[in-house]
Formats: sequence, C-alpha cells, structure tokens
Amino acid sequence: MPAEHGHGHFHEVNFDPTAAEPDHYDAAPTAGRAYRIGIGGPVGSGKTALTAALCRALGDEVNLAVVTNDIYTTEDADFLRRAGVLDPARIEAVQTGACPHTAIRDDITANLDAVERLEEKFPGLDLVIIESGGDNLTAVFSRGLADSQIFVVDVAGGDKVPRKGGPGVTTADLLVINKIDIAHLVNADMTVMTSDAHRMRGELPVITQSLVDTPDAPAVAAWVRSLL
Amino acid sequence: MDLSALILADSRFPGGGHVHSGGLEEVVSRRLVTAVRDLPGFLSGRLRTAGALAAVFAAASAHAAARSVASGHWALVDAELDARTPSLAQREASRAQGRGTARAGRIAWPSPVLDALLAETPRPHHPVVLGALVGVAGGSPYDAAMAVAYLAVSGPASAAVRLLGLDPFAVNAVVARLDLESVCSEAAAVAGDDPASLPSPGSPALDLFAEAHARHHQEEVRLFAS
Repeated sequence: MPAEHGHGHFHEVNFDPTAAEPDHYDAAPTAGRAYRIGIGGPVGSGKTALTAALCRALGDEVNLAVVTNDIYTTEDADFLRRAGVLDPARIEAVQTGACPHTAIRDDITANLDAVERLEEKFPGLDLVIIESGGDNLTAVFSRGLADSQIFVVDVAGGDKVPRKGGPGVTTADLLVINKIDIAHLVNADMTVMTSDAHRMRGELPVITQSLVDTPDAPAVAAWVRSLL
Repeated sequence: MDLSALILADSRFPGGGHVHSGGLEEVVSRRLVTAVRDLPGFLSGRLRTAGALAAVFAAASAHAAARSVASGHWALVDAELDARTPSLAQREASRAQGRGTARAGRIAWPSPVLDALLAETPRPHHPVVLGALVGVAGGSPYDAAMAVAYLAVSGPASAAVRLLGLDPFAVNAVVARLDLESVCSEAAAVAGDDPASLPSPGSPALDLFAEAHARHHQEEVRLFAS
C-alpha cells in the first residue's frame, strides 16, 4: 500500500504510519554557491596530478579553488602551489585526524569549513575541487560535501581493481583509469580493466587517461565543463 | 542521560571532532605518551583541567538555554570562556568544533535560543553551543557536562589508538575508569551562577602543547588539527 506523506510523492513502503511530515532531507540546491567536485581514490592513483591538470585546463576560464585532504597535512597543497597551476591563496589544506574517509563522508565539517573559507575569500567562485586523502575502494564523498565525484584508480594497482568494485568504483559520477602509458610495464590488461569498469558501472562514464601523454586531462576537463 | 547529550557525545556525531586529538598528538610526538600505561595520567589530567572547564561552561550554557537569558548573555559567556583559555590554538580548536556542532545542531534541534546564540557568537565555543543544544532539547546541565567531559577524553583516547596502534580494548578500559561523575557534579552545582564567577581550572602544560602543535604544523607531519 503506497503511502503519501505530504511532499508530493509516494513511497512503496511506509515504515511509520504516524509519519505525516514533509521530507526535510531533499538535496539542497546548488544555486548561489560554487559547484563542488570531489576527487577520491587509492593512494598514489594520481589524484593530485589530476587536480593540477584540471587547474591548468580550467584555471583561465573558471573561477576555481582547491581543498586538499592529505595525510601529510600540506604535501599535496604544497605540490599544487609549487606546480604554479593556481594562486596559492586558492588552496586550502585540512587535517583529517588519521581518517581520510571520515573527513569526506561521515563528518564533513572540516571540509565544509575550508570550502566556506574559500567562498568568503573569493566571492563568485564557480568551482571548488575537493581532493580526498588516499584511501580504499569504499571511500566516497558525502552528497552533503560534493555535488559530483570522480574516483581515480591506476593501472599499477592491478587490472582487477575495477571488478573488485566498492562504492568508489561503482557509484562515482566519473571513474578515471589513470597512468595507461605504463599499463604494458605492469602487465595490466586495458581491455579487461575497461570492460570490467563498464560492467560494474552500467551507464556511468569511464575515462582512461595518461597525464604523461595528455598533461591537461582534456577528457576529464571536458566532463567537468559539462557540469558547470 | 538525555538523547541529545548521547548524540552529541557520540563519535559518530558529524560535528568535526574527529580531526582533534586534544593535545595527544603533540605528547605522542614528544614520546611523553608511548603506551597504554601512560594514558590514565594524561586523560585524568586532561579531564580535571580542560575537561572540567568545558564541563562548567556546558552546564552553565544548558542552564542558560533552559531559562530565558537576556540579550548579550551568550557574548558574555563566550568572553568568560575565552578569558579562561589562554592558548590561541585551543581557542581556535574550540571554535572550529563549536561551529561544526552548530552546523549539525541547528538542523537537529532548531530553536530561537540557538539562533540568538549564533547571532551573538557566530563561531561559538564548543562547550557553550553543545550545552545550549542540550538545554534546548530538554537535557540537564549535568547531561551537558557529561557530554563535553566525555568528549574531552574520548577524543584523545581515540587519537592514541590511531597514532600508536594501542590495544583498543585496553584504551577503552582506561576511559571507563575515569571519574567523570565528580567533575560533572561540580559543574552542574554552579550552572546557574554568574558566568564571571565560574571556576577556571586550567593546565599550563596542555596550553603549551596546543601552541607547540600549532607551530609544528608548519614544520612536520601532523595528522590532527589540534
């Protein structure tokens, strides 16, 4: 018996017959603030390099800033600053208390504070890229923090990573398979990786890339542009 | 215990607490805490100083939220806690967690009392906003004191497990043996007093460790914000 509870749609199952409350948990509109893209993935998969590439590709056309969640506090932020791809003032680093997935998923407070600091400093920001600390295949961004998320894996992690699945591979809005230029050196079968990735992800997109061959990540940058 | 106090004291509560170690990371880096045997002293000392101060102000804030306080009261409480927290790093850590607690708390327990508090102190101290939320939800000053006193020791205990790989059962047992009740009873007993006359327990060592931790952020690896 479907239940209608005051906000215009029906649920197949009503767990609480006394509930007549409107749904307070509809997703917040993104209007009036910067769009937030999360970049997650295992350690060493190329998250910082992709972040730097996106800054290079989009920095002149999009008003953007970056939040990094690195275990070494400022390692990634320092790399980005040294890379000269973005004004250092536009990069905020947060500490995650030895729990990178907590900071992007279960308790997003520190990251939201960093995003808000950047929005105060740079009015009119179009895009904030939030780079997760390196973590495992289950680490995904809360929808309360990121509007869209990219999950980065690399060929050196083994060609079985996509079929291992986990929420990162199966649910991220974009899966990036990185470092394809070295696939032959680490015996990673790209046909297996990409077909597994598509099988695990259904309709969700997969991009294979090498930042050695294409330093500005054109395919990922085009995907980001399509969101803004 | 009121449900609000349980929720606020739960490490699963999304208030930003998990990135703070309460000075534990600094004492670990100085090899002052290396094993479970070092924890009772550290945690008990923290409980009876920083924890007791937090308990006093959480209890006073729960009391104030439950009665109707005049405009300006929250700014006064904020200033009194500031004056009892000499370390800038500790004040900042408290306000960061206060803001995080307010962010989650205003959705869970919306109220004009909280609105008034945040209008006067947009980045409130953690014990003040936590105490106010407990008071708004109907909890007692003692409940509010228990929540912050517990957080004052559970945060460092959890950080010790993460940083040193200590036996989590042994660490949990250390926390279970701490005497939170007397700290919280004393805090609840003065909850209705004039904020200016509230007790001011403090620990110069923890103040200095907090400052050193903030400085070391610039020089070496730090996993926790404080």
